Amino acid sequence: MAQVELTGIAKSFGEVRVLRDVSLEIRDGEFVTILGPSGCGKSTLLRIIAGLERQDAGRIRIGARTVDTLRPNERDIAMVFQSYALYPHLTVAGNLALPLRMRLLSWQQRLPGARWFSPHIRAVERDINRRVSEAAALLQMETLLPRKPAQLSGGQKQRVAVGRAMVREPRVFLMDEPLSNLDAELRVHMRAEIAQLHRRLGVTFIYVTHDQAEAMTMSDRVVVMMDGQPLQFSSPGAIYSDPVDLRVARFVGSPRINTLPGVTTGRRSIDLAGLELPFDVALAAGERVTVAIRPAATGVAGQHGLPGSGVPGLSGRLVHRENLGSDLFLHARIDALDTTVIVRQDPSAIDAFPLGMQLQVDIPVDQALAFNSAGARIRSRVVARAAAS
Amino acid sequence: MTTRELGPIAGALRHIILMVGAAVMIAPFVWMVATSLKPQGEILVAELRFLPERWAALHNYTMAFTRVPMLRFLLNGVLVTAAIFALQILVNLPCAYALAKLRFRGRNALFAVVLLGLLIPLHATAIPIYILLHMLDLVNSYTALVLPFTISVFGIFLMRQFFMSVPNDLIDAARIDGVSEIGIVWRIMLPTAIPAVTAFGIFSVVAHWNDYFWPLIVVRTKDLYTPPLGVAFFRLNDAGTEYGPLMAAATIVILPLVTAFLLAQRRFIEGVTFTGLKR
Repeated sequence: MAQVELTGIAKSFGEVRVLRDVSLEIRDGEFVTILGPSGCGKSTLLRIIAGLERQDAGRIRIGARTVDTLRPNERDIAMVFQSYALYPHLTVAGNLALPLRMRLLSWQQRLPGARWFSPHIRAVERDINRRVSEAAALLQMETLLPRKPAQLSGGQKQRVAVGRAMVREPRVFLMDEPLSNLDAELRVHMRAEIAQLHRRLGVTFIYVTHDQAEAMTMSDRVVVMMDGQPLQFSSPGAIYSDPVDLRVARFVGSPRINTLPGVTTGRRSIDLAGLELPFDVALAAGERVTVAIRPAATGVAGQHGLPGSGVPGLSGRLVHRENLGSDLFLHARIDALDTTVIVRQDPSAIDAFPLGMQLQVDIPVDQALAFNSAGARIRSRVVARAAAS
Repeated sequence: MTTRELGPIAGALRHIILMVGAAVMIAPFVWMVATSLKPQGEILVAELRFLPERWAALHNYTMAFTRVPMLRFLLNGVLVTAAIFALQILVNLPCAYALAKLRFRGRNALFAVVLLGLLIPLHATAIPIYILLHMLDLVNSYTALVLPFTISVFGIFLMRQFFMSVPNDLIDAARIDGVSEIGIVWRIMLPTAIPAVTAFGIFSVVAHWNDYFWPLIVVRTKDLYTPPLGVAFFRLNDAGTEYGPLMAAATIVILPLVTAFLLAQRRFIEGVTFTGLKR
């Protein structure tokens, strides 16, 4: 069993506080992604779990052991790096064998020529070779074994790096942006492969990335980190549809979530430039809040014969259209709020939306999320009520 | 700069300048070889000629080997040069690794000291080192020839600069794979640093093979003579300077370096250009 438990991890580099009080509980066999913009401390957190950096405060448990004082190789972990970090002077087979040789042979036994004198060393080496070829077969890279890293493509290097992590049979896999150096197509392919590998090995994966697509597609749970703190730790679905913090809502989802400045009315509602959204929370009047809504959750009611949907709307002017083939995104300028709202529509309807037209942007109350001025979510029971009615 | 930017005349001119430069550089060597083939009488004539009228090559080269134990000198040279280079690598690589990749208090100050060391010429410290060796009763020994050069600040500096360009991920990967810090130096850094080691090796071997100054100071017994001292042996002895055997000996001494250069020309050029480049 290898659950990973972080308690109160803090780390500073000089004056800069990179991590402040990070506590996470990662279950055995779980695929957890740490998602965040660059500089949020996610890589540092991973390096602390690996033992490559020492935390200033806090405790790490892997499985039943506290590993704070253990060296990286004693922690039963393996790590895949963004730059792959293959040993350039060794063949692929040599790269895969090195961690096993380090673990299974003493330094005297690793001396060149020592194998000629000891049947034991030869037996161990046979075992290592067997495990190397097994890993190579699993990753379908047997033909690469005699090559040097310089002769490999990016995707192949990536695969070798994963293989090198795999042969050690670690209890926890750590991956630091392993796909960032690959081209877009290969990235999608490797995403599926890594997810498959996780299912097959069944060990704990901790995966660091700034790419939300990777986080959303591969993970059981996602940690969104900002400014050295985890903001939310939940399933990809919940990260997207039920963010607890405005920064999470903004970071996840493409195109970005629409954010609208509003003011509380004191009548259990929020005022958006004259549009009153009912919100089932008691808030004092006159507080500034942010209403956020996904482009996909909005709708349009136009002037040209398009029927109104019956939900509250904001009037705006169409300033830009983006047709992605699968989605059509309309950028509507809302002058009253001095902002632009992105609305998703079906691309087949593109002719109904000439640039410059006036339109009514629907804000369905049950899909809208409200955040207070500090960015924290204001929970409302309107969703439940809307569903019930 | 490419040849395309220059006209044909400028291009030709450039080659003429280079050829003149090459001729100036190579002339003393040609003269040395020519002189080593001539008898004493022909060497001192006013007339300029390369090939001798009467060949004395056999006599001169035999003298070079028989008047002095030239083989012994060459062996000393190999021994001393190899020992210096091996010990330099043994000291430089761990130092350079620590300065480039380990975080510790005072690292920058230490590196500044290394840079400062680059500015101090050997001649400034020669006398103190000699006195030190004398007090340790090591003067006139192989140790005296090797010991002062085992720590090369230039080598530490060069390797440190190279190690800076080795990605940190590679070192972290090795740590996770269970390689110790010392293991990282020899199993990871050394193999990736072969071009830098080669470059440094060229500087080190050439400098110490040809060194005349230091062996002259610390060595008295002829058994310990290095090749340059052996060459000088032909100068100003009882019969005056014998230029023929002297030049024969000089030719013999530079022969190993020239042979090594011809055998590994590509590596040499890589090594020398390497030091001029950032990577």
